[in-house]
Amino acid sequence: MKKLESTWYNMAIVLTLISVVAGAALAYVNDLTAGPIKAIQEKNEQNAIKAVLCSDDAVVVKTEEVDGCTVYITEQGAAVKTEDPANGSFGGGLTIMVGLDQDFHVLGYNVLQSNETPGLGAKASTWFQKGQKGDIIGKSAGPLAVTKDKGEIDAITASTITSRSFLRAVNHAAAAYSKAVGRKLDVNIDTQSGASPQQENKKHN
Amino acid sequence: MNNFKVILNGIIKENPTFVLLLGMCPTLGTTSSAINGMSMGLATMAVLIFSNLIISLIKNLIPDMVRIPSFIVVIASLVTILQMLIKAYAPDVDKSLGLFIPLIVVNCVILGRAEAFAAKNGPVSSVCDGIGMGLGFTLGLTLLGAVREILGTGCIFNFSVFPEQYGALVFVLAPGAFIALGYLIAIINKIKG
Amino acid sequence: MAYILIFITAIFVNNVVLSQFLGICPFLGVSKKVDTALGMGAAVAFVLTIATIVTYLIQVYLLESLHIEYLQTIAFILVIAALVQMVEIVLKKLSPSLYQSLGVFLPLITTNCCILGVAIQVGMGTYNTQGLEPNMLTGVVYAISTALGFGLAMVIFAGIREHLSMMNIPRGMQGMGIALVTAGLLAMAFMGFSGVDAGLAKAFLG
Repeated sequence: MKKLESTWYNMAIVLTLISVVAGAALAYVNDLTAGPIKAIQEKNEQNAIKAVLCSDDAVVVKTEEVDGCTVYITEQGAAVKTEDPANGSFGGGLTIMVGLDQDFHVLGYNVLQSNETPGLGAKASTWFQKGQKGDIIGKSAGPLAVTKDKGEIDAITASTITSRSFLRAVNHAAAAYSKAVGRKLDVNIDTQSGASPQQENKKHN
Repeated sequence: MNNFKVILNGIIKENPTFVLLLGMCPTLGTTSSAINGMSMGLATMAVLIFSNLIISLIKNLIPDMVRIPSFIVVIASLVTILQMLIKAYAPDVDKSLGLFIPLIVVNCVILGRAEAFAAKNGPVSSVCDGIGMGLGFTLGLTLLGAVREILGTGCIFNFSVFPEQYGALVFVLAPGAFIALGYLIAIINKIKG
Repeated sequence: MAYILIFITAIFVNNVVLSQFLGICPFLGVSKKVDTALGMGAAVAFVLTIATIVTYLIQVYLLESLHIEYLQTIAFILVIAALVQMVEIVLKKLSPSLYQSLGVFLPLITTNCCILGVAIQVGMGTYNTQGLEPNMLTGVVYAISTALGFGLAMVIFAGIREHLSMMNIPRGMQGMGIALVTAGLLAMAFMGFSGVDAGLAKAFLG
C-alpha cells in the first residue's frame, strides 16, 4: 500500500480517526477497570481502619474532614488519615492512618502512601510498631518527638527527618481528632510518659 | 537482519540504558530496589511492544507531517490503558512507581523506537525490536536496582545478603542513583575496551 | 508566606532534577556549556509555565467537568507538543542564534518528562502546596519555581562539566560516567537542604 500524501484533508481525517479510536479504547478500558479500582480503594480503607484500631468490629459512626485530615470516628476511638503537616521529608508526601483511643493514646498505625525513598517509607511501617525500637503504641499522641528533639522516641537509624515527619503526622492526627470531637487535647494527661516536660523544653528552645 | 538478531541488538549492542542512554528519568527514579526497577522495565516493555506493533501496522495510513502527533496519541493511549490496568489489578506496583507510570509516555526509548524502527519495518520485526529493547531496558533497570538495593540495604530482591546496618543508605537515596549508574557505565565502557 | 515556601522548597529541597528525577535527558544532554544550559533552562521555564496554565484549565474545565479524567495523559501531552512547536517557531523568528544553539533539543522538550510530570502534579494537586488549597495560582508558582530549580541545576552542572573537560579522567569514566558521578555529588549537596523547608515553615507560619 502506498503511503498517504500529506494533504490537509488526509491529515485531518487520520488524526481525527486515531483520536476517536484511542478515545473509544480508553473509555472501554476505563469502564472495565473502574469497578475493581474502586473496590480496592474501599477495601484498603476499611482494612486500614480496622487494622489501626486493632479491632475487627470497628464501625465508623461519623466521618469528618478537619485540617486536611479525614477522621473516622468509631465507638472505641478514631482512625485518622493524615499527612505530615510540614511535609519536610525527602520527596515529601507521607500519608499515614493512625488509630487513637478516646484519650488520644496511639492504638496502631499504618503507612498508606509514601512518596519517599521506598526503603525509608517501608521502614517507617515497621519501626514504630509494638515491641520495635521506636515503639509508639500506647503512648499519648500530641507531643511525640524523637530523642534528638528531646523527645523519647528513637528515630529510624540514619533517617531522623523521616522519623520527625512521621511523628509530626501522628501528632497532627491527634489534634484533628480532638478538634473533630470537640475535646481538648490535654498533653498533661499522661505524665508518666515524660511527654509534658518535653513539650515545655521545646518552648524554651 | 533476522528477528533473533533484532532482539539481541536491543539487549546488548544498543542497550537503551547503558549504550543509548535513553529514558534516564525512570532509570534513575524507580530503581531504588531491584523489584521496582524490574516492574518499571516490564511496564515499559509492554508499552514498547504494543506501540511498535500498532505503529508498524498503521504506518502507511499516516501522512508524514502528522507522524509524530499520531505516534504520541497511540503511545499515550497505550500508557493510559496500562496505568488503569495496573491500578485495578496490581495496586502495589502503582504505589511504588506512582508518577512514573504516566511518564512512560515521554520515555524517549518508546518514541525513538517508533520513529527509528517501527515506522520503517514490518510488524513481526517491530515486535521483536520491542521485545529486545524492552528486555534491554528491563535488564538495565533491574541491574541498577539490584546494585543500589544491595549497597544501600544489604538485600537483593528483598533477600538479605548482609546486615542492614552495614549498608550505605545514600545508594537508596537520590545521589546514589546517579553515582551507581555512573560507575556501571564506566565498568561497561572498560569491558568494551 | 506559603508561596515563598513553595518557591524555596521546589528549587532547593525537592529539586526537580536532583531529587525528583524529572528532566534528566536534557540535564545530561545539553549541559556541556553554561550558555546552552541557560538557554535550555529558559526554554523549559517558558514552556513549563504556559503548559501548566493551559493543562490546569483543561483539567478543571474539560476533563473534570465532563468526567473524562482518563484522557488526561493524551490531552496533556498533545497540548505540550503543540506548545513546544509554537515556541520553536517563535524562537526561530526572534533569536536565530539561540535557536541554533538549542538545536535538536527544543523538539525534545516535548519528551522532557519534567513538563508532563509537573502538569500532572498540578492537575491532580499532588504537589507540595505548604497547606494552601491547590489552585491555579499555587500551581503556577510551583511551576515557575520548578523551572528555576531546573535551570539552577543545569547551570551549576554545566559549570562543573566545563571544568571537567579540562581534567585528566580515566578512560572508562570519560563522558557519561564522570558526568553521572558529578550529578550524584551535586544531588548529595542538594540533600543538605532537606529539612530547611520544615524549619522555614516553623519560622514563617509558626
